[in-house]
Amino acid sequence: MARWIPLWLHKLGSPPTFYRFAGALRPWMLALALLFGLIGLYGGLVLAPPDYQQGDAYRIIFIHVPSAWMSMFIYAVMGVAAFIALVWRIKLAEVVAMESAPIGAAFTFITLVTGSLWGKPMWGTWWTWDARLTSELVLLFLYLGVIGLYHAFEDRRQGARAAAFLAIIGIINVPIVHFSVNWWNTLHQGSTVNLFGPSKIAWDMLWPLLSMTLATKFYYAASLFRRVRTDLLALEGGKDWVRKIAESEART
Amino acid sequence: MNPPGLVTACAAMLRRDLTLAWRRRGDIAMPVLYALIVTMLFPFALGPEDTLLQRIAGGVVLVTVLLAMLLALDAMFSSDIEDGSLEQLVLAPQPLALMLGMKILAHWITTALPLIVIAPLLAGMLHLPGAVLPVLLLALLLATPVLSLLGAVLVALTAGTRRSGMLLALMLLPLCVPAVIFAAGAVAAAQQGLPWQAPLAWLAAALVLAVVLAPLACAAALRIALDA
Amino acid sequence: MSSLQTFLAMGGYAAYVWPAYAVFFAVLITDSVAPRLRRRRVLRELRARLARQSARRDRAQEARDPAHPTSSSP
Repeated sequence: MARWIPLWLHKLGSPPTFYRFAGALRPWMLALALLFGLIGLYGGLVLAPPDYQQGDAYRIIFIHVPSAWMSMFIYAVMGVAAFIALVWRIKLAEVVAMESAPIGAAFTFITLVTGSLWGKPMWGTWWTWDARLTSELVLLFLYLGVIGLYHAFEDRRQGARAAAFLAIIGIINVPIVHFSVNWWNTLHQGSTVNLFGPSKIAWDMLWPLLSMTLATKFYYAASLFRRVRTDLLALEGGKDWVRKIAESEART
Repeated sequence: MNPPGLVTACAAMLRRDLTLAWRRRGDIAMPVLYALIVTMLFPFALGPEDTLLQRIAGGVVLVTVLLAMLLALDAMFSSDIEDGSLEQLVLAPQPLALMLGMKILAHWITTALPLIVIAPLLAGMLHLPGAVLPVLLLALLLATPVLSLLGAVLVALTAGTRRSGMLLALMLLPLCVPAVIFAAGAVAAAQQGLPWQAPLAWLAAALVLAVVLAPLACAAALRIALDA
Repeated sequence: MSSLQTFLAMGGYAAYVWPAYAVFFAVLITDSVAPRLRRRRVLRELRARLARQSARRDRAQEARDPAHPTSSSP
């Protein structure tokens, strides 16, 4: 078995190593995000034909759907990092979990706003209490709760551990909320709108969507790396490696 | 010296908290007064038509009780943190989760129970049909402990912070959505003459789960929050 | 009507499509600028702290060795 993998992971968990690793990887992530983003936008806005039912309004899905996927993907990442932070008390995992939360909240916010901008011309309303929309709104509040709890503590690390605990409670909560909102929706039959009927998406529309999905994934990695690097500098303020970085960046 | 048995410790804990609450009777009255005021404002805001008030009565009572409980939630551990007795409890030989469970029970008795007692009055102010009242009370009886238990976990998490009032509301909102949905669903179903047992069964299931897990989570959260 | 105008009109849905894209980019740009500013602030604070520390060290040295006064600190 490759025994260097655990060793490498262990090393990567140390702040100075991760700082350098993230710093080297970040420009590539950003470049890939821009590349896939430009390809996806060109494909989605220019090349893809208008939908025969929705006209050009469907073009919002090229940002709406990737953002919605990201809002859930980032919560999952945050939950895993929070679990690692609580069980093995790894500082890097705490930082990753806490710095994921604002990015996740940003994507959730984009999902809600673009969703309502899409909904207005399509089903004539900015907002409906549909199961998916309501779950997404609850997700936004979960993110905000995690961010708020993290910043309520004087001690960063203690705040990170408390907020990590809240994130894990949230992970258990999300399926329960989704189930209960679904049940609630069947109870109030009048207000349900069939938004996501069975539809086969054409390849001309699918590939820009996939490209945008990749772009948001890479963007998340780039943004997370930058945030984690900044946070590590602030957390490890007294250490030698941080001092060297501060001095070398003063000269440039 | 042997530590006292679990039952003795639990009883002592419960008696202590109830005595302390009884000595500050004014605080018990505050959430009740708040619920009365909020309920009174609804007819003024929406107009006194019977049909409209009847339609919203169940939901209004539930939300009012939830808000009143939120008002009192902040104080669940605050005095114990101030005088250091909570840290003693963490160090005590008895399992922390059980002791916290007793504290949550005492808190539920002193804040939620008075609210349930005046719930018929609140429902009457909004002309809720008498036949629906038992369902409403049953829903409250199942939903309020769930809220107390979930709230206790969050209060424990914020134990190390100064300002927590609004933050607590922000954190509790996503967690209490299912409880509110099922409780209100049962009342709405009863009002329309539909079977209302299923949502209450879901609530009961949630309560059983919360009774088992919440004290454990509360203990873990408290250890994180007090670990300086 | 030029092709750019048709493109910008989005088949009559311009009022919905373009604000959606504007929100997408505005939020993401905010999200990437905020940590950049924060990084600058953290580094500035770090440098200030280092400067204070080295000044204190100099003063301590001076107190031990008053033969070479470099500044008129009290």
